[in-house]
Amino acid sequence: MTFKPISFTLNGSSKAAFATEGQNLLDFLRRAVGDLSPKYGCGQGTCGACTVMIDNVPQLACLVLAESVEGRAVNTAAGLANGPRLDPLQEAFMERFAAQCGYCTAGMLVAARALLDANPRPSREEVIEGISGNLCRCTGYEPIIDAILDVAEGRVQA
Amino acid sequence: MAVQVQTHSSLIAAQQALGQGGTYLAGGTLVMRGVNAGEVQGVIVRATDPELRRIASTSEGVRIGAGSTMADILASRDLDFLHPVARAIGGPQVRAMATVGGNLFAPHPYGDFTVALIALGARAVLVQGGPRPVEELMRVRARPPLVAAIDVMRPRDMRAFGWLKVSRIKPKGVSVLSIAALLVREGGRVRGARIAFGAMGAHPLRSAGAERALEGQALDATSIARAAQAACLGLEPPTDALASSWYRREVAGVHLRRLLEQMA
Ligand SMILES: Cc1cc2nc3c(=O)[nH]c(=O)nc-3n(C[C@H](O)[C@H](O)[C@H](O)COP(=O)(O)OP(=O)(O)OC[C@H]3O[C@@H](n4cnc5c(N)ncnc54)[C@H](O)[C@@H]3O)c2cc1C
Ligand code: FES
Ligand code: FES
Repeated sequence: MTFKPISFTLNGSSKAAFATEGQNLLDFLRRAVGDLSPKYGCGQGTCGACTVMIDNVPQLACLVLAESVEGRAVNTAAGLANGPRLDPLQEAFMERFAAQCGYCTAGMLVAARALLDANPRPSREEVIEGISGNLCRCTGYEPIIDAILDVAEGRVQA
Repeated sequence: MAVQVQTHSSLIAAQQALGQGGTYLAGGTLVMRGVNAGEVQGVIVRATDPELRRIASTSEGVRIGAGSTMADILASRDLDFLHPVARAIGGPQVRAMATVGGNLFAPHPYGDFTVALIALGARAVLVQGGPRPVEELMRVRARPPLVAAIDVMRPRDMRAFGWLKVSRIKPKGVSVLSIAALLVREGGRVRGARIAFGAMGAHPLRSAGAERALEGQALDATSIARAAQAACLGLEPPTDALASSWYRREVAGVHLRRLLEQMA
């Protein structure tokens, strides 16, 4: 098996690790780098549990070739909190009970952060559209939408 | 994993590499699925050529680099007429990854962007060989040539271009079918009608029946009803988990009628 060295930035820190040939970014982050926050749900692009930001753009890590992040900046849910200070979205998800089994949560949080970074005051429809690439089998989405709107409308702050 | 990845800095080098066989990887939303499932094996060829993501106005319209993503389309003011089409593809993450080039060769029921390109009479700029109508490329999908860019004309009258996608899940859902229509009117009559369907055959295609029904006619209730009736002539829509062939045939005319009524 061939290994390729990859240097990139993960949540603001420089990282270097070896990827196997054809390995996807999700597998690479979880196995080679040790960031377990992005989740494997389908490996097909349908669930969004593996959502990460690459150069500030939300993408599906299971469909990204690991070696393509060479020199780029990857951000995952593990990097949302600043030390003990949670991202307001994380606070709002807790308050609204927007995570039940929690499997979708890391991907939802990254998709929601990407949405709010691009559009800090989204409408309810825009929130629905913003998380339309993420499946949740537990919550029925309403608490997640409400949590994101709580942050957008300033009801929850860091 | 029995794959070997080659990364080339130019499209010409990528084309040469593909000459030895292999799979070209663009946004990867379909190829990486295959890699993950072990279905895509052997050499995978990537290109990092910056031209791939260039969107530029030309005297003929707009040239879209084949590696431009749906998000790139949405960020381009020159391509505002294609925004509703790009917005209808996947969720935000897929739109940030899915390329125009990959959409050309995405299997049924995908290819929504290509449906619009066919209706607009877009041409593919190949890495090797002259430009070819996108429509013609559909016939060589088994061994597609490497596409560098797409040339598309902006409709002179925005009302001449219409787009509609029917899916079960909203806002994100795969097509039951999609329709794009370019109906330029001269003296109130349709000239050179172009109507394309997605998910109504093995690949995006034109509806010769509907086009014939509209050609030279005013876009009114009578011509629209005829076009709706003729929509599926010669088409053999596939059956899949979303809809049966029978269902697609039943509803294609209804949706075409609704689109044409909006454009009338
Ligand atoms: C969750 C999900 C939802 C989706 N929803 C939609 C949808 O609503 N509508 C839709 O149309 N599609 C949809 N797709 C399918 C797919 O994302 C798009 O069709 C996309 O445009 C494919 O582009 P890509 O760059 O990812 O292709 P890739 O996976 O990189 O490539 C696809 C094919 O095209 C070939 N190819 C790529 N670029 C070129 C080129 N320049 N020249 C020659 N061959 C090339 C590749 O070799 C491969 O055979 C969806 C996919 C997923 C995972
Ligand atoms: S694991 Fe990536 S989208 Fe499901
Ligand atoms: S909380 Fe269980 S899938 Fe969303």
